[in-house]
Amino acid sequence: MEFLEFFERFAIPHPSPAIYASMVAIALTSIGIVAGLTYFKKWGYLWREWLTTVDHKKIGIMYLVSALLMLFRGGADAIMMRAQLATPDAKLLDAQHYNEIFTTHGVVMIIFMAMPFIFAFMNLIVPLQIGARDVAFPRLNALSFWLFFAGAMLFNISFVVGGSPDAGWTSYFPLAGNDFSESVGTNYYMLAIQISGIGSLMTGINMCTTILKMRAPGMTLMKMPMFTWSAFIANVIIVFAFPVLTVALIMGTTDRLFATNFFTTESGGMDMLWANFFWIWGHPEVYILILPAFGLYSEIISTFSRRNLYGYSSMVWSMILISLLSFLVWTHHFFTMGQGALTNSIFSITTMAIAVPTGVKIFNWLFTMWKGKIRFTVPMLYSIGFIPLFTIGGVTGVMLAMSAADYQYHNTMFLVAHFHNTIIPGVVFAMLAGLTYYWPKFFGFMLNEKIGKVTFWLLTVGFVLAFFPMYLTGLDGQARRMYTYSEATGFGPLNMLSFIGAALMAIGFVTIVYNVYYSFKNSSRDIGSDPWDARSLEWATHTPVPEYNFARTPQISSSETFWDSKKNGHVLFKGEIEEIHMPNNSGVPFIMGIIFFIAGFSFIFALWVPAVIGLIGIFVCMAMRSFEKDHGRHISVKEIKETEEKLGGAK
Amino acid sequence: MRKKWTLLTSMMALVFVLAGCEPLLVLDPKGPQAERQANDIMLSIGIMSVIVIVVMVILAYILFKYRASKQPDDYEPPHIHGNKWVEIVCVGVPILIVAYLSFVSVKSNYIVESTPEGYENQEPLVIYASSSDWKWHFSYPEEGIETVNYLYIPTDRPIEFKLYSYGPITSFWIPQLGGQKYAMSDMVTTLHLAADEAGEYMGRNANFSGKGFAENTFNVTAMSQADYDEWVDEVHDTAKPLTEDEFETLLEPGHLGQMTFTGTHLEFSPAPEHAHNEVSDEDSDESHEHSNHENHTEEETDHSGH
Repeated sequence: MEFLEFFERFAIPHPSPAIYASMVAIALTSIGIVAGLTYFKKWGYLWREWLTTVDHKKIGIMYLVSALLMLFRGGADAIMMRAQLATPDAKLLDAQHYNEIFTTHGVVMIIFMAMPFIFAFMNLIVPLQIGARDVAFPRLNALSFWLFFAGAMLFNISFVVGGSPDAGWTSYFPLAGNDFSESVGTNYYMLAIQISGIGSLMTGINMCTTILKMRAPGMTLMKMPMFTWSAFIANVIIVFAFPVLTVALIMGTTDRLFATNFFTTESGGMDMLWANFFWIWGHPEVYILILPAFGLYSEIISTFSRRNLYGYSSMVWSMILISLLSFLVWTHHFFTMGQGALTNSIFSITTMAIAVPTGVKIFNWLFTMWKGKIRFTVPMLYSIGFIPLFTIGGVTGVMLAMSAADYQYHNTMFLVAHFHNTIIPGVVFAMLAGLTYYWPKFFGFMLNEKIGKVTFWLLTVGFVLAFFPMYLTGLDGQARRMYTYSEATGFGPLNMLSFIGAALMAIGFVTIVYNVYYSFKNSSRDIGSDPWDARSLEWATHTPVPEYNFARTPQISSSETFWDSKKNGHVLFKGEIEEIHMPNNSGVPFIMGIIFFIAGFSFIFALWVPAVIGLIGIFVCMAMRSFEKDHGRHISVKEIKETEEKLGGAK
Repeated sequence: MRKKWTLLTSMMALVFVLAGCEPLLVLDPKGPQAERQANDIMLSIGIMSVIVIVVMVILAYILFKYRASKQPDDYEPPHIHGNKWVEIVCVGVPILIVAYLSFVSVKSNYIVESTPEGYENQEPLVIYASSSDWKWHFSYPEEGIETVNYLYIPTDRPIEFKLYSYGPITSFWIPQLGGQKYAMSDMVTTLHLAADEAGEYMGRNANFSGKGFAENTFNVTAMSQADYDEWVDEVHDTAKPLTEDEFETLLEPGHLGQMTFTGTHLEFSPAPEHAHNEVSDEDSDESHEHSNHENHTEEETDHSGH
């Protein structure tokens, strides 16, 4: 009996056939993966090449694959929500399931899709763009990834073990407190985001150090490629913003597990404190996502316009300004909390001020294309689509910033339309543009352009159909997070349109998978190292990139060193090839990821013995690292020369 | 590319046709606060449309003029660093727009946070609106009436809503009378509204508060002062008094229809005014309750300070 009682806590409080089907699917997939790895004898390969790797390119690819998986998880949530709302009084989902789904949709898309996607590009591109061999702390980088991965897996098992969080991705207290959220769902929220958040903070420190200390000779700050600049600013924001999240999540966790009263409404707790902390992290977070996206667009627009980036220094300064302002606007997420006209006026003005540096960037991209020679490739299509769509998202942001009017927009579908209008054309389009643009660099073949264009149009048309109607239903009084509405409200037709748009987007995302499959089968492998005729340093090395990136350290002339070497006779690589010092692989980051997962899971279910053992395990791993003597390894000149020869001549 | 723009514009047109059958609630104001907000919204939509159109026209022109297929093979684009005057325009014009909108925004903030314009000389009607999972309780302390899930208000009179919650944060919203404000369990917020026209309006909780959130709505009926007085008298004649026990059962999570009582729950379960800096003492609570009706206007902006 006791045995059964112990396991009861892992049951789903609010099950449905779909959840049971998912359990079976997850079990079968896991068995399939294990069986496949065993049958093809790939365990050793997996361990040596991926689980223990500290190579920034492989870590980047693992981030990329995880982000794509999470995109489909979050997308499945999205399509279920739109299907439920497509018709009035629909019965597809009940209120509880709908609440769980929009909560996990938000968390998965922001924390476990968008974040790893930008980390993927930072990992893949930044060391190459600055001519470095790896990031500053390669093993810490692996730990960052495994913490993200542990957090993501922990969050994703919530719906089959113990129940998903259901208090919204903002998880406002007191709704998220034990009184109103009784299941372990919100514990998953607190612990899973905490674990991956610690990983993000480490990446922030790692990337800042890498960019500040490891640039190739001649690369002054103002000669850094724009993506590196954007990654640098984003990581500075991470270093300042994520500690706030860490602390808020600890307070939320202790409120739920140890009955502290930080955010409760009695015993001196204050529910609004959570909202403030959440958005002091949460607003900078949106710039953490959008700035690297801006960086990617800058690279792509410049390449396919065959022109240098217009207004380089104003691009840099506008990002610095945005990063500062991003910490001064958080109360605009709750103008309606009753803080009065003066506070609202101040935050209304700071919020609108962000429009100025953002506008400068839009004009700079336009003028980069001016007098250019524009090629309509798939990455460029996303970048061109981004400009008008993101402008609409941006100006609706200015509308929301008018605090008196925000009393009418707040908590409505207008707001939902606005932030999807910035995140999808802003971040998601950038990620897909970057994916297509950098695919050949890391996988050695191009993605099919025709299928890519179909994807672009499906996503663009789907996006417009899915989200523009929400501006109208919002102004018509449709609150967000409502699981149903009556026919009398008149929201029906526009919500149906949204559903059709969402379905088009879903088809669009599936065509990406098909494109990868099709291109893998059919694309030429003979593409050289610079298939797009690009401009910045990452294209100067071989494809696929050797583990040491550059056989000889490049000499930097400008932010477009590679273009200079192609057109203006700049000599990139001088001197003799020398022995290269590289870091050793390590299994510790992966093992620490597992320990964090177990400890996190134990905390979620208040299983104190494994929780404490897990915490001790984490510190043991850290202590072991302190005493470990690992001086890395050296790649001999002979070996480098052989590799270079194999890749088509020394560089 | 032109195909794309025709497609986008035709889709926008379709959306507006589909929505165009009736005016959107927020843009169909029936009171001074909602009207101010609707005006701000229309003003910003106008200015923002100009910006979007300008960006689209520049983009379309550049894409058309500088596409590779239109240029000779040997055309090599120039290296252009930037131009001081272009940058001054690109920064200056947005600053002017933002400055103007900031001016409007600040002015509107003070307007929506005080007694509605044109009603300053009238004594406002104070209504305590409190939410519990997933209902609204409306207490009329002056009239000694309490209703559940419906609200009767007189037209042409300023109304001062005192908002708080018996549970999660909710948001009190009557789109046609004015924007929303949060109701929280440890403090009272104030929302100033007024209705210019008699009629029935939709009211709801706009802030997600759990399972019953979607149905957390209430009806608002605005009527002339004479009709309103008649209703007050009728309630006093017909409704039964609200007891503490009865109120406790009303607070249980769930949904209720519309209900009417004489007396208010404020008598035994007062609003959490100054909950954060007050010694909990029964007498002071009571005196507070009474003095509150006179002093309400001073308190409206200091809720975050506790």
